[in-house]
Amino acid sequence: MDSDEEDYLYACDSGNESSGDDVDVGLDFDSGDESERSGNKYSSSRDTNTNTEDYPYEVLSTEDITRHMIECIKEVNSVVNIPVTTTRILLNHFKWDKEKLMERFYDGDQDKLFLEAHVVSPFKTTNKPQKVAVKTSNGMEECNICFLSMPSALMTGIECGHRFCTDCWTEYLTTKIIDEGMGQTISCAAHNCPILVDDHTVMRLIVDPKVKLKYQHLITKSFVECNRLLRWCPYPDCNYAIKVQYPDPRPVMCKCRNVFCFNCGENWHDPVRCHLLRRWIKKCDDDSETSNWIAANTKECPKCKVTIEKDGGCNHMVCKNQSCKADFCWVCLGPWEPHGSSWYSCNRYDEDEAKQARDAQEKSRAALQRYLFYCNRYMNHMQSLKFEHKLYASVKEKMEEMQQHNMSWIEVQFLKKAVDILCECRQTLMFTYVFAYYLRKNNQSVIFEDNQKDVESATETLSEYLERDITQENLADIKQKVQDKYRYCDQRRRKLLEHVHEGYEKDWWEYSEP
Amino acid sequence: MSLLKEPPPGVTVDVDQAHTKLTEWVVHMEGASGTLYEGEKFQLQFKFSPKYPFDSPEVIFVGEHIPIHPHIYSNGHICLSILTEDWSPALSVQAICLSIISMLSSCKEKKRPPDNSYYVKTCSANPKKTKWWYHDDTV
Ligand SMILES: [Zn+2]
Ligand SMILES: [Zn+2]
Ligand SMILES: [Zn+2]
Ligand SMILES: [Zn+2]
Repeated sequence: MDSDEEDYLYACDSGNESSGDDVDVGLDFDSGDESERSGNKYSSSRDTNTNTEDYPYEVLSTEDITRHMIECIKEVNSVVNIPVTTTRILLNHFKWDKEKLMERFYDGDQDKLFLEAHVVSPFKTTNKPQKVAVKTSNGMEECNICFLSMPSALMTGIECGHRFCTDCWTEYLTTKIIDEGMGQTISCAAHNCPILVDDHTVMRLIVDPKVKLKYQHLITKSFVECNRLLRWCPYPDCNYAIKVQYPDPRPVMCKCRNVFCFNCGENWHDPVRCHLLRRWIKKCDDDSETSNWIAANTKECPKCKVTIEKDGGCNHMVCKNQSCKADFCWVCLGPWEPHGSSWYSCNRYDEDEAKQARDAQEKSRAALQRYLFYCNRYMNHMQSLKFEHKLYASVKEKMEEMQQHNMSWIEVQFLKKAVDILCECRQTLMFTYVFAYYLRKNNQSVIFEDNQKDVESATETLSEYLERDITQENLADIKQKVQDKYRYCDQRRRKLLEHVHEGYEKDWWEYSEP
Repeated sequence: MSLLKEPPPGVTVDVDQAHTKLTEWVVHMEGASGTLYEGEKFQLQFKFSPKYPFDSPEVIFVGEHIPIHPHIYSNGHICLSILTEDWSPALSVQAICLSIISMLSSCKEKKRPPDNSYYVKTCSANPKKTKWWYHDDTV
């Protein structure tokens, strides 16, 4: 092995025992500085109310994950002795269940197993294309892709014997990885050759770190997805994953500073539980809500249900749907006919037929109003949180300004602290509306709503303070006010969460199914 | 390049055109003798992307005469797996021509693909955008 291969993903451990065959099982990871390489440990997150000390986790980089995956592969390989890449694909096929793989490997039809997993059996030499004879003259070979003659040292072959120049291989692999998003199984570049390019070769031929990372991400993707103790950070384009000791709905913070729920991958959502949040998100995404909104703000033709907006003063409506053209009264929604010639007034408001049509619309309107009430508040906090970075920036400016007015660095830190708490409060409040939407009214839910109201108004006041102009005259005054307010917010927010958690323990909460 | 020097029997490259436009070639092809297409003349158009040969060329029949074949649509699109899924950068233009000639030669009954009219109405101009559902090779 060349020394410049040291930094490749896999380093070939020549000291490893290998099987007598041609099969390359010697891929090993240089585990010299294992402890140094393992991901940074985080034990605190922005959400200080949850005790993260008792929920240890690690943030793993793509390389850490690859290493983790290789260990898993090695464990299996110490028993089955097949090429590493084949083991990876087989494990993937069994959703990384080692026992299941072993069982099928030893008790079932092996040929069928390899066929199912779409890999070439490493035992079946007859199945392999014949090894390709290398034509050389004066140590030069011709690459069958670019047709250039190259010194043999610049040519690379894989197990099947097909050899191409290193540049062509690299280009081929890059196209597969970047353009086709292919990582699990890349076969030989030769036409009709099913032999897979092994991970070791891929990592050796790919030089661009971006392509390398993508490849590692592709081959580890399902390894992480199938592993109960691992979860990808859901932040867009973040390649880190979190590793826990046991899965639980707990907040975890990625290296990118994204805080999310380990159990469901959503933003950390205390006090609402994962399943209700999932239901809420689905509801928000659902088109039916949009159509409900239309139903509440317009009226439907009582006959064909097409949506109608009133566009004139006359109550005599004619449905614009050409195949319907129903005549009805805008006020009572009853058929127009009995109204006769009383064009501008309706005195049939209470008649059964018309009433039924109205009741149906009223009902959907009431349900909708309720949903909109919670949704608006939820969205409002979400919206405000989106401007978080702006707020931090403006507060930083203020802090600098204050330092020019005879305040020390340490004395102005209260402002940053205030924004931290403001954001925490908004995040909690946002999810209390999801919780409240599904909550059935009882004595405890009334207390909860009082707590919520309290945090909500304190949070809005704190927000106002932070947006207000700070002048030299009112500095000391403002500082006191802000500090008092954020302490109050923080304390009330904790109180609210404690109350909900207590309710979970004591089974106070009942949910409705809207 | 080797196609210009040693083309398979019945295949010629429109040299003038190939020289003016390297990204687009027209290949003239003649049905092999002893087959259903004996004496028929066809034109194949090759379009090469900047990523060729790592990206497969776009190959269609063009001109007046599109062969009537169960894997060739009346708009010239060809259902042949080496042109998409099974493409390998080691395949030459020559190899593609040979594959197409052998596809024609093994044909036992001249007819259009069963979904021809639907496909021709709905497909994209670029056959590579079609998710091909490869027809049985033995036809
Ligand atoms: Zn080459
Ligand atoms: Zn090969
Ligand atoms: Zn992240
Ligand atoms: Zn969750």
